[in-house]
Amino acid sequence: MSETSTSTASGASIELENLTKRYPGNPQPSVDNVNMEIKAGEIVIFVGPSGCGKSTTLKMINRLIEPSGGRIRIDGEDVTDIDPVKLRRKVGYAIQSAGLFPHMTVAQNIALVPKMVGWGKSRIKDRVEELLDLVGLDPGEFHGRYPRQLSGGQQQRVGVARALAADPPVLLMDEPFGAVDPITRDHLQDELIRLQHELHKTIVFVTHDFDEAIKLGDRIAVLRERSHIAQFDTPEAILTNPADDFVSGFVGAGAALKRLNLTRVRDVEITDYPVVTVDDPLQDIFNRLRDSGTNEILLLDKRGRPYKWLRRGDLMRAKGSLARAGTLVHDTVTRDATLRDALEAVLTDNAGRVAVTGRRGEYTGVVDMETLMNSVHELLEADRLEAMEHQHELEEARAAQTHAEQEGDTDGGGKKA
Amino acid sequence: MSFWEYLGNRHQQLLTDAYQHASAVFQCMVVATVIGVLIGVVTYRSEWAGNLATLTTSTILTIPSLAMIGLLIPIVGLGVPPTVIALTLYGLLPIVRNAIVGLRGVDPSLVDAATGIGMSRPMRLVRVELPLAWPPILTGIRVSTQMLMGIAAIAAYASGPGLGNEIFRGIASLGSKNALNQVLAGTLGIIVLALLFDAAYVLIGRLTIPRGIRV
Repeated sequence: MSETSTSTASGASIELENLTKRYPGNPQPSVDNVNMEIKAGEIVIFVGPSGCGKSTTLKMINRLIEPSGGRIRIDGEDVTDIDPVKLRRKVGYAIQSAGLFPHMTVAQNIALVPKMVGWGKSRIKDRVEELLDLVGLDPGEFHGRYPRQLSGGQQQRVGVARALAADPPVLLMDEPFGAVDPITRDHLQDELIRLQHELHKTIVFVTHDFDEAIKLGDRIAVLRERSHIAQFDTPEAILTNPADDFVSGFVGAGAALKRLNLTRVRDVEITDYPVVTVDDPLQDIFNRLRDSGTNEILLLDKRGRPYKWLRRGDLMRAKGSLARAGTLVHDTVTRDATLRDALEAVLTDNAGRVAVTGRRGEYTGVVDMETLMNSVHELLEADRLEAMEHQHELEEARAAQTHAEQEGDTDGGGKKA
Repeated sequence: MSFWEYLGNRHQQLLTDAYQHASAVFQCMVVATVIGVLIGVVTYRSEWAGNLATLTTSTILTIPSLAMIGLLIPIVGLGVPPTVIALTLYGLLPIVRNAIVGLRGVDPSLVDAATGIGMSRPMRLVRVELPLAWPPILTGIRVSTQMLMGIAAIAAYASGPGLGNEIFRGIASLGSKNALNQVLAGTLGIIVLALLFDAAYVLIGRLTIPRGIRV
């Protein structure tokens, strides 16, 4: 009921223009001339090694760290010089290990920002319930709890709820899932994806975990030292066509396998397979098998779910009853499974194919090794072309920037390390 | 006269003294708490200012209390003023030190989160930092109170109020039949008061420290 009343402000675009941070006493800037356009409603991941300035760049967006140069525009509005306190109330902020205030209850934590921006009491109360519901915590149960009574994953959920409380168009997340165990992290990532499907915020997310970046990102910015952008592209493109050795080093081994995580079974061609149901008379089954020209036929149970693989030989030996013939189907994949799951299933199956099922477990088709290989080849080829195109654009932008820098240097006396 | 008879005879006087003693300590504690926390809030962010505040207040504590009151009499006269000033000054150290330690001990990621979600500095101080630093500050107040209970007895030297008068009278008439009773009554009275105050602090702690950070 509360979900229907959700009136969400969807994302706003973010533009970073020549964003720079210098610290006194350090000749090199920590963040050097970052230019980036983040579209409204997309999740952009900053990923890079420790100390590359990704967190600093993020914190400059809500000006927790004041930039030493450059502009930040949110939804076209220049926010570089507005009151930072006002800016931050419009930008959600979630950090590692949640940062919940231990002396306040879950509800009080979430209510902080709405209170600051002056919402009425009853509106805040409704909003808190709604958000708890949204992040998958039972409002009645968790409302009055203190942070220390929650598990790490639950704290992180509350942290995200707090960041979303006043419905900001932009959400900044600084390694939010860095401190939870791998299983919980996986859950939280799935939750975030689900949330984003409903909310369409603009999310900037910092992590050093490339797999997390692939899983969550619409686009990934791989940053090297001083926050230089090594590559800014879709996960697919980065996996298939890393811009340079730095990026491919960061992608790590098994890029093609990781690529399989990004495509779902429903995106590839599912082959039709001859099927019969348990209710069919034996003679029909024989005929189907003979007509199909395949060596095998899939037997479905009464509800249309894959039940047994039947070979010619099995039928010969069946002698009038199918009760003991054939091999049971022990593994199926859904249409929402990733290609990686499908490959796993195909590899463990001794005949190299797996049945695909629909929502209620009913048969919809079969994926075999050949289909998988063909689809993957097509995907990789398409990715490669796209990535090269984007890479070309980035290089052009960089060349323009270098050119501008050199011009500026000659004006200023030209000192370059 | 036995000690109990003495108590029976003089209970009126003793209760008045005890009340004045408690009231002097209480009022000085309120002032010391306000000043101490303020000093803490102003100085905790800077390394040297915080150290300076701790150093100054601990230097004050090293001055013998008799000397401190003796030094104050020519400046502010006899009676209540030197007592209040001396007690307040002595009470500062534990509060200032614990306020600084407590405020500095607030998890920096929480301060970061508070700023990040859009709290202004005063708001952050009032809503996040002070509540989290409150348990150590309260401990400081408790230590201060215990200390002031004893020091307040010296106030009688400057004709100040309190149970110290009883003790001083006893010491002045050593050898007389009530001398021991007087000293004993004054001392025990102070101990009882100190215990009562401590109990009160435990209660205050229960009431003011949020459940989420209570140990």
